[in-house]
Amino acid sequence: MSILIDETTTFIVQGITGREAVNLTRECLDYGAGAQIVGGVTPGRLGRDVHGVPVFDTVAQAVEHHGGPIDGSVVTVPPAFTKDAVLEAIANGIKLVVIVTERIPRRDVAQMVEFAKQHDARIIGPNCLGIIVPDVIKMGGIGGPAKDAAKAYTPGSVGVISRSGGMTTEMSSTLTAAGLGQSTAVSIGGDAIIGSSYAELMPLFEADEQTEAIVIYTEPGGRMEAELAKWVTENDSRLPIVAFMAGRFMDEMPGMSFGHAGTIVEGKADTAAEKIARLAEAGIVVAEEISQIPDIVKSRIAERSAV
Amino acid sequence: MRFFEYESRQIVKAAGIPVSAHGFARTPEEARRIAEEIAAPVVIKSQVLTGGRMKAGGVRFADTPEEAAREAEFVLGLEINGHMPRGVLVDSKVAVKQEFYAGVVWDGIRKQPVMLFSDMGGIDIEEVAETHPDRVGRGHFSNLTEVSDYEAKQVIASIGVTGSALTRATPILARLARLFVRHDMTLAEINPLALLEDGRFVAVDAHMDMENEARGRQQTLLKALGVGDEETRQAREATPFELAGEEVDAQDHRGVAGNVTEFDGNLGLVIGAGGGSLTLFDAVRAHGGKPANYCEIGGNPSVAKACGLAKLVLQKPGVEKIAVMMSIVSNTRVDIVARGVIKACLELGYDPAEKIAIFRIPGAWEDEGFKILKKYGVEYCDRSVSMHEAARRAVEKIQGVAA
Repeated sequence: MSILIDETTTFIVQGITGREAVNLTRECLDYGAGAQIVGGVTPGRLGRDVHGVPVFDTVAQAVEHHGGPIDGSVVTVPPAFTKDAVLEAIANGIKLVVIVTERIPRRDVAQMVEFAKQHDARIIGPNCLGIIVPDVIKMGGIGGPAKDAAKAYTPGSVGVISRSGGMTTEMSSTLTAAGLGQSTAVSIGGDAIIGSSYAELMPLFEADEQTEAIVIYTEPGGRMEAELAKWVTENDSRLPIVAFMAGRFMDEMPGMSFGHAGTIVEGKADTAAEKIARLAEAGIVVAEEISQIPDIVKSRIAERSAV
Repeated sequence: MRFFEYESRQIVKAAGIPVSAHGFARTPEEARRIAEEIAAPVVIKSQVLTGGRMKAGGVRFADTPEEAAREAEFVLGLEINGHMPRGVLVDSKVAVKQEFYAGVVWDGIRKQPVMLFSDMGGIDIEEVAETHPDRVGRGHFSNLTEVSDYEAKQVIASIGVTGSALTRATPILARLARLFVRHDMTLAEINPLALLEDGRFVAVDAHMDMENEARGRQQTLLKALGVGDEETRQAREATPFELAGEEVDAQDHRGVAGNVTEFDGNLGLVIGAGGGSLTLFDAVRAHGGKPANYCEIGGNPSVAKACGLAKLVLQKPGVEKIAVMMSIVSNTRVDIVARGVIKACLELGYDPAEKIAIFRIPGAWEDEGFKILKKYGVEYCDRSVSMHEAARRAVEKIQGVAA
């Protein structure tokens, strides 16, 4: 099995006529079993099509054309219009919104997330590459063109959660090369406020029988790792977690942001050193190098099954 | 982006929060005039975007306008943590009965703003929260409706403040919360918020931080404060090398080849993408390497941009070789980056095989890219070589020994 999406998932692409969105649509249609992209939305472009996907002016038209509820949306509109697009998707019954757009002010993100919560919907991102279930479906640009994604991702038992889109693929590729496939890989986004954090995705992986271990990519900035450590401690998780922490050099450079908008050391709790300590306290192994991750995962899985 | 105290005062004042009588001066003469207007003892405060000004001697007291001018002259010439002040704030010395703290910040876990209030003002709130948790009131508020006064009142009352202090502080905290939201702040704090002998509250110091991503839609505020687009207000001012990096990135709109930060090592880095750069920079240092710079490539930049970035790094004094490395790319094309960095070497009269310590970018169009690199004799590797191993090889080449 997988989390969030599977071969039955239907979704739309908002902003589908943009250059990147056109590529993303092609990639998703080509990957695995072929995503069911049931429509695209760009205001004023009703009647066009993108790689055979019909384009609508509104999400409501897409839903009507589909003849029933649509599961998800990939939002790729410019930052100034993203909030409106996300509210439109959720108001029209969509329950899973992947926001690709970056540079969205956090007030907008927080509003979208609170609105989503009220409507029992979930947001992944912003500033993310989406979700992939190896050989089955991908929702977003994650892994790139189908043939490239197929090189890096294989089906298996490891759940991957990453604050960096590119590093989701790098880590999955490393797992694949070592014979460890992935159940689902989620690029959660690099901003200070995001729709779904590690701790918020953990219950889904916990409930997924295919998943036997979790690999996460983390960075300085924010309290998301502390939240994960707390979750793991309080919930007696069955899943071993292996983490990789990038940006250790930033501890010496408070107040400066590198890599992603959310990556900034503002206080002691934001530092790489502090996060590594928190994760370790919760029994999460922090690898020094990515190449060490597969062996650690294998031994942690073996330990668990021996118990 | 950070605001100077004198700007933060204007922001809170515009939101209807009382502030002590004050003025901003760029010269001792201006300071004298403001002190004359206030016609009472004043405090001269250095206007710098860094902490610790009290300790550094950047806060002085003056009883007369002449003294104010003299103290202002001293403070205007005082460097604090490498920052020269933009001016001084001439503030009236108020009769404080008690110092409070009022602040609003984001809670990234709850994904809502949170109001903070304490009756232990004048010191760092994080410190108070640690030593006297019962003296800090907290209240999250919704992103979807405007915060109401009662929400602020609950926060203040939760630490036992009552009477006229409660009723007078309530609108101040509520207004602070509303301005935080309206102006896309990431931090809005008044510390100390002074309760005067006559029962009034005034903001004696204010600290505001606004989100960079919101600069576009906060133009009205920024114009009113006279903050130009050229002022980045980052923690450290950009060096000429970093500004040159911005120019490279701005030459066209395709992809990113920039976000340069200067360091003083001998190994130039042409690296990406966001998370990849963080990982690779750490990896170089873990193997004993000394990076000359940090940077980011991503989103499929043009050959010209990749070339421009590589040239900039190659020409940096002290750089012996460059390492071109990224995490697996799916959108950036390997061959385009390869072309760009080779072109940079050739145009500067260098042998690419000599100057490029290693090229590790696996992914889209890698076969085409590797063909070009092979032709020029550049050492390259695919995804079977880890990012850390590639960094190790680059460091080894430059140091001539295994790290």
